[in-house]
Amino acid sequence: MKYIDEYRDAKLAKDIARQIAAAVDPARSYHFMEFCGGHTYAIARYGLEDLLPANVQMIHGPGCPVCVLPIGRIDAAIALAMRPEITLCTYGDLMRVPCSNGSSLLKARSAGADIRMVYSTLDSLSIAEAEPNRQVVFFAIGFETTTPPTALALRFAIAKDLPNFSIFSNHVLTPAAIQSILENSDARTLGNIKIDGLLGPAHVSTVIGTQAFEVLAEEFDTPIVVAGFEPLDVIYSILMLVRQVNDGIHKVENQYIRAVTNLGSEKAKREVANVFELRDSFEWRGLGAMPHSALGLRPKYAKYDAEKRFDMVTPAAQDNPACECGAILRGVKKPSDCKLFDKVCTPDSPMGSCMVSSEGACAAHWIYGRFRGPGKADESSRTTA
Amino acid sequence: MTMKAKRSRLDLRNGRIDLSHGAGGCATDQLVKGIFHKAFDNDWLRAANDQSAFAVSAGRMVMTTDSYVVSPLFFPGGNIGSLAVHGTINDIAMGGACPLYLSAGFIIEEGFPLAELNRIADAMGAASREAGVPIITGDTKVVERGKADGVFISTSGIGIIQAGLDLRSDAARPGDAVIISGSIGDHGVAVMSKRENLDFDTDIISDCAALHGLVAAMVEVAGSSIRLMRDPTRGGLAAVLNEIANASNVGLRIDEEAIPIKPEVAAACELLGLDPLNVANEGKLVVLVAPEFADALLAVMRAHPLGAQAALIGHAEADDHCFVQMETSFGGSRIVDWLWGEQLPRIC
Ligand code: SF4
Repeated sequence: MKYIDEYRDAKLAKDIARQIAAAVDPARSYHFMEFCGGHTYAIARYGLEDLLPANVQMIHGPGCPVCVLPIGRIDAAIALAMRPEITLCTYGDLMRVPCSNGSSLLKARSAGADIRMVYSTLDSLSIAEAEPNRQVVFFAIGFETTTPPTALALRFAIAKDLPNFSIFSNHVLTPAAIQSILENSDARTLGNIKIDGLLGPAHVSTVIGTQAFEVLAEEFDTPIVVAGFEPLDVIYSILMLVRQVNDGIHKVENQYIRAVTNLGSEKAKREVANVFELRDSFEWRGLGAMPHSALGLRPKYAKYDAEKRFDMVTPAAQDNPACECGAILRGVKKPSDCKLFDKVCTPDSPMGSCMVSSEGACAAHWIYGRFRGPGKADESSRTTA
Repeated sequence: MTMKAKRSRLDLRNGRIDLSHGAGGCATDQLVKGIFHKAFDNDWLRAANDQSAFAVSAGRMVMTTDSYVVSPLFFPGGNIGSLAVHGTINDIAMGGACPLYLSAGFIIEEGFPLAELNRIADAMGAASREAGVPIITGDTKVVERGKADGVFISTSGIGIIQAGLDLRSDAARPGDAVIISGSIGDHGVAVMSKRENLDFDTDIISDCAALHGLVAAMVEVAGSSIRLMRDPTRGGLAAVLNEIANASNVGLRIDEEAIPIKPEVAAACELLGLDPLNVANEGKLVVLVAPEFADALLAVMRAHPLGAQAALIGHAEADDHCFVQMETSFGGSRIVDWLWGEQLPRIC
């Protein structure tokens, strides 16, 4: 399998693991956060934790778009979908996220809402085209990677003159989230966590380039390695982080050179800039409201903006108080620290969003790693303020 | 002078199922005789009773039933008919039993082409003849258009277990060897490759096969040191291993590198974002055997055409959590779980 086997070469992985073991300073510990759920998944799926020395700890980050969407936004989408003229199109993972009053998009659908699962933005355009009497709303979520396709969908909708198509934008920006985590702004409530380095997002970087993270590495003295999602990518990127820490440097390095450049894709960035503008503030699950951390449609496209067109309101909804997703998304707690983990919360009956998507930290740990149980990981970094 | 009503012939080339084919009258009779009896041909069916009588030797019997709702109906390496025969024979064989007879029930959708029904019945007839397990009774129902997906088949079967053999799913013990009879995922990938919305090019054909011959050879050499056997159909190897672990209250530890997977199957799974461990098989079995018999059993399996790629993939261990764990090729370990969330529908 060309382009896959190369990144799954077990011998090479073991070799890199040996290099990591030789490189680490036994007198110190290394705490690296993987920002993306894709990395979390790869680490769990391939058992990479077992290849790392005990003093190298991986911390799961917030990088799953489903996990960081606050439930108020899903409540708003459900309220919209319950209107008889609306067809809401969404990606599969979102369907099962538990939100207020024990509801979810899946439950709303069984209660009569017209909610359809799509695999791409273009599927929702096709529905709008085929059913001109329905108001088709695309529930758009994701980081920088999924924003260009949403922008393109809007361009096609205009070109095809589809007046019954609109977008509920929930696109969020990675650098803002990384900044918030590195700032530890709400350490008082969630505890403090030491991060010695960060595995940066690969797919996001194909769009915005590595440059977008340089100021963060600089400002927070934190090495960042933009890492691909194959197991070899991940383990090699960890070696790169260890080396930076040992050398006392903190720069952005690009491990994923086969797809990522310094500047990213100018075309995609142009497409996004044409359609979207920064929101003043946006609520993230687990991270709270962050300024300039999300994208809304530009005013000139107001008639394609579902929030304006249908006067949507986002209720201030509370998460299940026992669910620790917020702390887990910041890396201050591990899934097994949650009292509900593996008791009432499993992939079969998720209580929080982290247990829904396969890239959610709780789901990845439950599906692939729950034999490790609580307490195997080093607790030294987790101090409650 | 008596006049026999003249019937129009069954148009096997262009005809379609209509509601009269299920009404129990002349058209039903014509359909059953013209397609099913012709394809399955045997003395029991020719006797045209509502049931079939047969003699059995002494011993314990097994009985099983299963329904087949595969989509698409025809796939590389088989169709819903051969699947229904092999699947039920295998369910009997997994009990260590020798299958004797099958029944077949059909639920057919109005409008279904007779030519396709004929192809399905022919495949069933061929599969049952080849396996030496006749279909001796059956039933046909027709439902209105839109109420079924072409055709559903339900097959039951009975068989006899040789004295002294008692395979139970709670029989695995720590230390037992876990053996699989060949490469995994072939059936699921073959079926998916023909899905309308997934159409991709692959030469993979379904592994759909009747395993009772292989099982007979295994029972002969390892007898009651075989703890249990399962065929990893829907849910794949992962589901079967979890079922075994839970039923027997043991953990299972398997080795990723030892599990046979064809490179084309691995590539297709990669493309579709699937784990081959969750993908369906229709001609493979998993056996747990006392460790001292593992080598002998492997040898006899490998000598059989349906077990040529048999491999020892792991062992059972004491574990109150009943986890199935896998040593990954990277040297790490992870849980092998049942599939959570979205299942690809109806591949067996
Ligand atoms: S285990 Fe469930 S309830 Fe607990 S943090 Fe994870 S998703 Fe939330």
